[in-house]
Amino acid sequence: MTEALFEFLLRQGDNSLVLGHRVSEWCGVAPALEEDIALANTALDLIGQTRLWLEYAAEVEGKGRSADDLAFLRDAYDFRNMLLVELPNKDFGQTLMRQFLFDAFQVPWLTALKSSSDQHIADIASKSLQEALYHLERSRDTVIALGDGTKESNARMQEALDRLWPYAGEVFRDDEIDIAMAKKHIAPRPSEIRQTWDATLKETFEAAYLTLSEDRFAHSGGRTGQRHTEHLGHMLATMQVLQRSYPGATW
Amino acid sequence: MTMPFDTNDIWAWLDTVPDPEIPVISVVDLGVIRAVDIENERVTVTVTPTYSGCPAMSVISLDIETKLLKRGVIDPQIKTQIAPPWTTDWLSEKGRKRLEEYGIAPPQAAGGPAHCPLCRSKRVEKVSQFGSTPCKAQWRCLDCLEPFDYFKCI
Repeated sequence: MTEALFEFLLRQGDNSLVLGHRVSEWCGVAPALEEDIALANTALDLIGQTRLWLEYAAEVEGKGRSADDLAFLRDAYDFRNMLLVELPNKDFGQTLMRQFLFDAFQVPWLTALKSSSDQHIADIASKSLQEALYHLERSRDTVIALGDGTKESNARMQEALDRLWPYAGEVFRDDEIDIAMAKKHIAPRPSEIRQTWDATLKETFEAAYLTLSEDRFAHSGGRTGQRHTEHLGHMLATMQVLQRSYPGATW
Repeated sequence: MTMPFDTNDIWAWLDTVPDPEIPVISVVDLGVIRAVDIENERVTVTVTPTYSGCPAMSVISLDIETKLLKRGVIDPQIKTQIAPPWTTDWLSEKGRKRLEEYGIAPPQAAGGPAHCPLCRSKRVEKVSQFGSTPCKAQWRCLDCLEPFDYFKCI
């Protein structure tokens, strides 16, 4: 049970860590100052949430590792994030589309986790939900503004959606960890969230004049760590370089 | 043995610890101090983060500790608590007033500033949902044309 709970917590923490790092890559190079600040703030929230999840994961594991050890000293195959969040940023529209697909899941997911039988998880979810709601408001508005913008911006948002779509569905495939969590009322099965997620997407993409594919094929392997994309290793090489080069460095 | 101070004194001292990023309000005004306890002559201050990743939180804890040490509190404990999550409803009335005087529009349940904190015009528009710190958004006034910060309502 402890092992399943640890895996579950890694999934939560790694989603926000990997997405947080990806979003932070925009810092200083975003298309407008306001967007730069917005992206940096989003990244900051996600990294803050990561700390809450990974501190608890480390405690549950009970092997004396810290949240920092988990973030900076694990290799790609030990990461449990969904594939969607590790994909490279590409352009601004692609980044915001990825954010929207994530936020649209995260809001109903964290809302459900607020009633977790594990009080610590319920507390982290309550804290993170406030931020996720704010993120969703922005990513949704931006997807609509760009989709319902110019011919060029609409085409690029459609391209973003088409590229990201095969990665978006991974999270809804319940596996043995999800079932173990559901049995203990720690979390719902992710598949139970799909309907809400679908509804948010449908409503948003209609307003954005974007077409959602009916194909439900989804790449998988991120949440189990079995098969990450080649991009995660490159990202970790950058993110972890300091602790890898100077183990235990502090400042 | 009685201590030369009680929890009311500590609350008063904490009310002189400024928010490191918005120094016109205190950490008490900000609503991040959730409890002050004295037990077995040990002072414990319970602090809650505004935003989970707010970099000011470690400075706030350090500033609180420094203030208490200066006031003669021996080995004060700073405890972090995330539940219930911080909300802008916990900003004090004094804090809201000071924010406005400083040029930051205080949070409103309606989701946007009541008026421009500089000229009080109600004709304002959002520039960005985010600002220079996690707790602020950027707005501008359509009458005096000045940009200003709005304290996000959460």
